[in-house]
Amino acid sequence: MVSEVRKEPHWVDMAISRLLRGGVVISISVVIAGLILTFVHHPAYFSSKPALGELTAVAESFPHSLADVWKGLREMRGQALVAFGLLLLIATPVARVGLSIIIFAIERDRLYVGITVTVLLLLFASFVLGAAG
Amino acid sequence: MTPLLFVLVVAAISFGAGFLGSLLGLGGGMIVVPALTLLLHIDIRLAIGASIISVIATSSGAAAAYVRDRLANLRVAMFLELGTTSGAITGAWIAGLLHPRWLYILFGSILGYSALAMFRRKRPKPHPTHAPSALAHRLNLGGSYFDDAHGEEVVYEPARPMLGLGLMYIAGIVSGLLGIGSGALKVPAMDLAMELPIKVSTATSNFMIGVTAAASAGLYFSRGQIDPFIAAPVAIGVVAGAFLGSKFLARISRRAVRTTFVIVLLLVSLQMLVRGVWW
Repeated sequence: MVSEVRKEPHWVDMAISRLLRGGVVISISVVIAGLILTFVHHPAYFSSKPALGELTAVAESFPHSLADVWKGLREMRGQALVAFGLLLLIATPVARVGLSIIIFAIERDRLYVGITVTVLLLLFASFVLGAAG
Repeated sequence: MTPLLFVLVVAAISFGAGFLGSLLGLGGGMIVVPALTLLLHIDIRLAIGASIISVIATSSGAAAAYVRDRLANLRVAMFLELGTTSGAITGAWIAGLLHPRWLYILFGSILGYSALAMFRRKRPKPHPTHAPSALAHRLNLGGSYFDDAHGEEVVYEPARPMLGLGLMYIAGIVSGLLGIGSGALKVPAMDLAMELPIKVSTATSNFMIGVTAAASAGLYFSRGQIDPFIAAPVAIGVVAGAFLGSKFLARISRRAVRTTFVIVLLLVSLQMLVRGVWW
């Protein structure tokens, strides 16, 4: 049976697969390191029951801006390292969309370069709208 | 509970959520949020923030394996992400206008409908009911994959791409409103509307979920809804579970995937409706 269906070249699948896996492996490694650092700095977390309430409270002052994370990293704080790893995880799918643009450009598929650039612009628009309020 | 025990318990629950999520094309947030709020009494806002992280982690972890196995269709994903990302922006915008109870009721109804529609079509149809569309052909959306359970190459050509895109816009709105991956809406949009094989629908849904979730994750982060101490064990557990789950999908039978999916949809649908009605 002759199939008209075109398959994606092998290297395309592998490039995207490696980017996604690499992004997850790196970001999760950073998160684990940050979590270990948190426990090393606070030995009470192994045994203290009240400490959990403070860690999981809404008003707890964990880092939630790029400036907070950067400041915390310079002070070697575990929570900031975890937050940095989580930001890397959020960036992984965005990087995949960026890589897709390059792949479609190499394949000279102008229709899909257009579609993918539009998706990336929509992603940036959502980040900008989020930061604005 | 000590912080150490908390981390271990959350990681264990997230491991289960990641495993189930990657098998069903769900982000795992549907399991993580109820577990964190009902079992561990975590504030729902922080639970949702950790959930969006688990959603991205499940999607990226499992998608890496699906893309390599040629189960996820890159062009179908890219085309449909036009709908999910613009929907996510719309959803984030109208989130402030609607009372949450209506979101629960709307979401529960949509899920229940999806589950029943899939239940009716449990026996795979020998022939597609809709002719392959000219647009799908022009968009080069067709593909093929090797089915391990049946030992054969499956070639497919999707139907009704514009209907799929419209449903993805709705899935994106739900994602932006509730901070979930809304894989439970993405899979039926591809499986039922576009008549893609269930395994391709599940894998492509997983592949797309990360991008939809990333659209709302930045907003949650700047709002202070992503607590590192909660999100860290969730992310670690979910990645490990999703990795294991992705090893199983190509091996289990199509009927097992579909039956499990229908049961999970109905349970989640009921939970959402109860939450909305007794607000």
